[in-house]
Amino acid sequence: MSAQKPKTIFEKIWDAHVVKRAEGYPDALFIDRHFIHEVTSPQAFDGLRQRGIPVFNIQRTTATADHNVPTKDQHLPIKEALSRHQVETLRKNCRDFGIELYDLGHPFQGIVHIIGPELGLTQPGMTIVCGDSHTSTHGAFGSVAFGIGTSEVEQVLATQCILQYKPKTMKIEIKGTLGKGVVSKDIILYIISKISASGATGFFVEYAGEAIQQLSMEARMTICNMSIEMGARGGLIAPDETTFNYLKGRKFAPQGEAFDRAVAKWKQLPSDSGAVYDSVLTFDAADIAPMITYGTNPGMGMRVTDRIPTVEELKEINEQKSFKKSLEYMGLEPGSALLGKPVDYVFIGSCTNARIEDLRLVASIVKGKKKAAGVEVWVIPGSKQVEQQAVKEGLNKVFEEAGFELRSPGCSACLGMNEDKVPPGKYCISTSNRNFEGRQGPKSRTFLASPLSAAVAAITGKVTDVREYI
Amino acid sequence: MSKDKFTILTSTAVPLPVENIDTDQIIPARFLKATTREGFGENLFRDWRYTSDNQPINEFVLNNAAFGGKILVAGKNFGCGSSREHAAWSIYDYGFRVVVSSFFADIFKNNALNNAVLPVVVSDSFLAVLLEAIQKDPTTPVTVDLVNQEISFAGKRETFEINAYKKECLINGYDDIDYLLSLNKEIREFDLSH
Ligand code: SF4
Repeated sequence: MSAQKPKTIFEKIWDAHVVKRAEGYPDALFIDRHFIHEVTSPQAFDGLRQRGIPVFNIQRTTATADHNVPTKDQHLPIKEALSRHQVETLRKNCRDFGIELYDLGHPFQGIVHIIGPELGLTQPGMTIVCGDSHTSTHGAFGSVAFGIGTSEVEQVLATQCILQYKPKTMKIEIKGTLGKGVVSKDIILYIISKISASGATGFFVEYAGEAIQQLSMEARMTICNMSIEMGARGGLIAPDETTFNYLKGRKFAPQGEAFDRAVAKWKQLPSDSGAVYDSVLTFDAADIAPMITYGTNPGMGMRVTDRIPTVEELKEINEQKSFKKSLEYMGLEPGSALLGKPVDYVFIGSCTNARIEDLRLVASIVKGKKKAAGVEVWVIPGSKQVEQQAVKEGLNKVFEEAGFELRSPGCSACLGMNEDKVPPGKYCISTSNRNFEGRQGPKSRTFLASPLSAAVAAITGKVTDVREYI
Repeated sequence: MSKDKFTILTSTAVPLPVENIDTDQIIPARFLKATTREGFGENLFRDWRYTSDNQPINEFVLNNAAFGGKILVAGKNFGCGSSREHAAWSIYDYGFRVVVSSFFADIFKNNALNNAVLPVVVSDSFLAVLLEAIQKDPTTPVTVDLVNQEISFAGKRETFEINAYKKECLINGYDDIDYLLSLNKEIREFDLSH
């Protein structure tokens, strides 16, 4: 008998979930955990009704309301009619089909990619999907997690499976240790700035190396979250003691002896030595500084101390046109620096950076200080649990004293589907993941950055190198 | 849901030579509040098509009467960004059946194929001449032949790749759920033993 071919963690998980592989057909992949929210699910439930079929396994499905929800007065009915209708439709669908819903006001409500991990629903070795591209967040636990469209949501509801071709694999290794003031958001913004917003299309990424292993679970989630911003199908990190410690005692994680058995299984997951990837990239942590984006895709990023490239410096000639259009939209000059640029809004939130550690980072900078005059600051916790923890630790007081308030959880200004919109032409430094045209409101202008960089900008009122401040 | 069948299409085409068109441009988030699949075409490329007080922006190609047809020809990395299927619905609802580009984002490609919109990947050079030709003469007919996997116009042609399973689905109007439902028994067993 020949020895088994060494496998990557991705291949191990994928292969263990193939229900049927047929020549010429995509794999029928079994899905362990399905998250749903109000925006991408209504048409899928309608599809089930049209076919007259139930949800395949309600135990594997969890719902929450996050995209449309107000971040003030959450106990009142949603004012905006269409948003209210979408949330009410979700309620009805969950009721009709018997699905657990963490609705507004529920202690477990929050952004879908924040509550899965904190409830222990997200576990190593699982396949996880959601009708939302940032489902890649859950890969931080060593799971195969990816975003799907509504037709696919319907597939999963109907059959607990999805038809998929196996993507190629890419390993991104970060060697060395991060410098002062540099956090996981900077790592991922750095990677995307190096390989572009489409640099990992068709790949499933595994992040590895010393700088990644040293990160906490929450910091790892920030990295995996943004995998999609370089086009990757998803991103994951092999589980280790950090992962197991995080999961231990969480509500839906295995308990007691079952937990120990699970850990023994999870320890088999990391890639075998000698496993082959379709692509391998290596970066040095020492090269990473606090990052900021200047354009309208997350690949248009730089060290905060750098200057925006000039048109002539672009690597690809055919990118010149979109580059110019992008800078025009942003109201920025090619070749100029961003340091010292005034900002109007600061948004601390989203599934990228609205966990408790993020709020602690922000509080560590603003404690005892006041926000700059004329800057509006929104701190939107990722979940009810994060909100409560922040209050317990007194972070809300720190924020209040600084002149900004801790609101209720939801996606908020990450995509501006609720009232929280950045007005036209205004600059917002944001801890979210997308700087697309109009993402935070029509004609809004977004600088993506880490919670540290956003916090320091709230105090100084302009783009600032956080390293000079700590 | 039964889908349109697709074999061969000849139509004029609409040029949109912009790269990295993301799903927020195709359909801005504020229009994602509907709970049905219809009516999204009205808001396709909304912020490029209309000013904030709803006046048509004349320079934008969809507002130019000279251009029309069922084929959209766009720059590289079309459909990047979010997984919202609304992007594919709005393109379909507007009346496009084909999007031609030299590169598509993964999720968009899948969503398009699930909604009877055929993404045709061509070489950068073919894309450039095609864009030039239709910009010069908006009446240029473009033919997309799915059976033979070939796109052609004005005597120029290029073959394109499409996955055999998806091709079969498009030609016959099948969808993925039909196939998965046929595996119900195997999936049940897997769920129990897993
Ligand atoms: S916070 Fe933003 S990126 Fe995350 S799920 Fe909500 S809308 Fe999507």
